[in-house]
Amino acid sequence: MLIKKHQYWAFVLPALLFIVLIIALPFLIGIYYSFTDSNGLRASFIGLKNYQILFRDVIFLQSLWLTVKFSVVSVLLINLFGLTFALIVTSSDNRFNKALRTIFFMPNLIGGILLGFIWQFIFTSAFKAIASSLNISFFNGWLSDPSTGFWGIVILFVWQMSGYIMLIYVSFLNAIPQNTIQAARLDGANKWQTLLFIKLPQLAPAFTISLFLTLANSFKLYEQNLALTNGGPYRSTEMISMYIYNTAFVNFQQGYAQAAGIILFLCVTLISFLQLALSRRREK
Amino acid sequence: MTKRKVRKYFNIIIFSIVGLFWVYPFAIVFINSMKGKRGVFQNPLWFTKDFSLANFKTAFQALDFAHSFFNSLLVTVGSVILITIISAAAAYAISRVTGPFSSIIYYICAGTMLIPFQSIMVPLLSLFGKVDFLNRTSLIIMNTGLSVSLSIILYYGAFQGVSKSLDEAAALDGAYPFKTFVYVIFPAVSPMTGTVIILNSMKIWNDYLLPSLVINKNGMYTIPLKMYSFFGETNSEWQLALAGLVLSMIPIIVLFLLLQKQVMTSVTEGAIK
Repeated sequence: MLIKKHQYWAFVLPALLFIVLIIALPFLIGIYYSFTDSNGLRASFIGLKNYQILFRDVIFLQSLWLTVKFSVVSVLLINLFGLTFALIVTSSDNRFNKALRTIFFMPNLIGGILLGFIWQFIFTSAFKAIASSLNISFFNGWLSDPSTGFWGIVILFVWQMSGYIMLIYVSFLNAIPQNTIQAARLDGANKWQTLLFIKLPQLAPAFTISLFLTLANSFKLYEQNLALTNGGPYRSTEMISMYIYNTAFVNFQQGYAQAAGIILFLCVTLISFLQLALSRRREK
Repeated sequence: MTKRKVRKYFNIIIFSIVGLFWVYPFAIVFINSMKGKRGVFQNPLWFTKDFSLANFKTAFQALDFAHSFFNSLLVTVGSVILITIISAAAAYAISRVTGPFSSIIYYICAGTMLIPFQSIMVPLLSLFGKVDFLNRTSLIIMNTGLSVSLSIILYYGAFQGVSKSLDEAAALDGAYPFKTFVYVIFPAVSPMTGTVIILNSMKIWNDYLLPSLVINKNGMYTIPLKMYSFFGETNSEWQLALAGLVLSMIPIIVLFLLLQKQVMTSVTEGAIK
């Protein structure tokens, strides 16, 4: 053994200390919090009451349902766009495709707050201009309506994430050996057949990764939600992260908010274990 | 023209339209940031005769840009340096010493990665609030704690790829593990160090939620925090808000254009591993 025991701990302890102090300890305290009526100053133990109330809380259930709906819709759209973009930019290796790759990826560099403001401008000012010049009322008042407001967040998120997911598909597409594709061509397969029977099966692991990356990210979405609609009108576009934030730091029902936080954790964990189980099963 | 060529040009046209559509949200922000209020109102979709760069001066001052930029830089650089050193060291030890402790630490890292920030923010904030420790330093500490797990796992993979005979050779030359790590093994994984730096910098530079909870003094605001409060003050003076957005986006876009290839490789690596 080259590393002695005390040296081992010198290497490892700082990291452990940070993880325990910033994540593990707050997480454990958080579980306790969720069984109290803490308002940030005083707290007394109330058992499972928070959870019981949560499942009858219309606003919570609405935000949870909205988050689920949002996740499903954006996962489908982002993967559709991401895969299409990946096929476009890998179709041939030239400057034009490299530039496209950069363009598709760019939104992913910008933070959620800035993205939210960019799209707020588009949905209010630009859409209004389109509506009045083409005389179509479809483009009017997107963010002041619950259903178009929802789609506004979806559009923003698809614009942001598609380029990211594209990169994952690109790296798996590039890993397919060229001679497999050429062999299929020689056997008389056309472009669509190669895509369907050669490329897509090889992309299966990329699907799993992208699917769950988008799922987990959409469950945790907060900043885009805040900057674009701020949950409005009337909390109708408030997703679960924003619900937790508002309950904890606007209404100061911290124990109650923490119970919602634990439910969010359970959702994300469930998603991750599903992913693990799925990719294990495929490896067999 | 042959059929093949027609198709090629057809594809280029279609792809260009898709690309333009994707870049248009950025373009429209740039265009309108260079107008007066009237120009934005008349036609927000394209240039108007109403051209002025005065918005940038106003936005620069309102955002207290030099200060905010410095705060963002301080928090990002401070956190990233800590994250890199701490996680590389831990990953090195657990990749070289196999045993129950090392596997436990690895699983702790994998496990804590599952916990969404929103599930711990309330107790984390009350913990730091109780000891009255909410400022840029504690923000750096929290950023580090939140990023160490993923970085350890990334580094762990990289160290596994470095042959242990390198360690042994260094030990034979009389180097202590610490020296071996600093001068031999750490330099050998510098591509991964690049990835860790880029991934964490992007995340921390753009973060809004955590800084908004930790930082409550005006002079300590990072760019996203300042942009959020500035946006509230502009009162639908879109040209000002947009100029502020452009200023806020410039640093990261410039950096990206310089390091494009490295950034995209890092992002892919971070997602797949």
